[in-house]
Amino acid sequence: MSETKKFMYVNRHAPYGTVYALEGLEVVLIGAAFEQEVSMAFIGDGVFQLKQGQDTVDSDMKNFSPAYRALGDYEVNRLYVERDSLEERGLNEDDLMPLTWEDEDDDWAEKKSIHIVSRAQLADLLEEQDVILNF
Amino acid sequence: MKFSVMVNEGPYTHQAADTAYHFIDAALRAGHEVFRVFFYHDGVNNGTRMTTPPQDDRNIVNRWSALAVEHDLDLVLCVAAAQRRGILDADEAKRNGKDGDNIAPGFRISGLGQLIEAGIQSDRVLVFGD
Repeated sequence: MSETKKFMYVNRHAPYGTVYALEGLEVVLIGAAFEQEVSMAFIGDGVFQLKQGQDTVDSDMKNFSPAYRALGDYEVNRLYVERDSLEERGLNEDDLMPLTWEDEDDDWAEKKSIHIVSRAQLADLLEEQDVILNF
Repeated sequence: MKFSVMVNEGPYTHQAADTAYHFIDAALRAGHEVFRVFFYHDGVNNGTRMTTPPQDDRNIVNRWSALAVEHDLDLVLCVAAAQRRGILDADEAKRNGKDGDNIAPGFRISGLGQLIEAGIQSDRVLVFGD
């Protein structure tokens, strides 16, 4: 399979109320092995998936938030977070995990994976994709 | 056109499985190709033969099985999602030490790579969910 397509995973749900975020992340991690052009979008309650300091001890749910830190190692390093969704929930970029990746084409410089985008910018990004899977 | 379809909700609770079925049926009748149908999240519950709906309602599982036979359709249940929800074929039942299997005819269990491959191989991927 030499063809490369643009895959975007659109995350719309908070991390623990439903299984969509967890099982969606599993698709991203498996899909990383296929060497496609991958990005993720976080809209609506999906922005909560990237929130810092998640603590699930009292709810007895599996805290899978550390797995997002591994995305950079899987070359999943374009995470687009919609600004309006953040603001509507009283959040800003500083509330999110500081996810990074190392750019081998730039002397392994550490770069930010999270990009805050407007609704219009996200619409343009969606337009560019070949495959959109939403969770 | 070559389609693949992802079904993310179980039968009866959500209409997604019905809509996906009717889309696929219509696409095939119109001469299109359906490369694969991939069932994920609660969508894997579309593939248990133990489903027993009332007589006067549609049988969603049997409907999938019949469509698979008629069109040689590839119906794939995600193994990780299926294991969480107790959907097993004979091999999975044996491997996990369970006392029986419940997969419906025409379905098979495989990995998430099948979904990504469907995305690469198909002209369009349609997601039916909530």
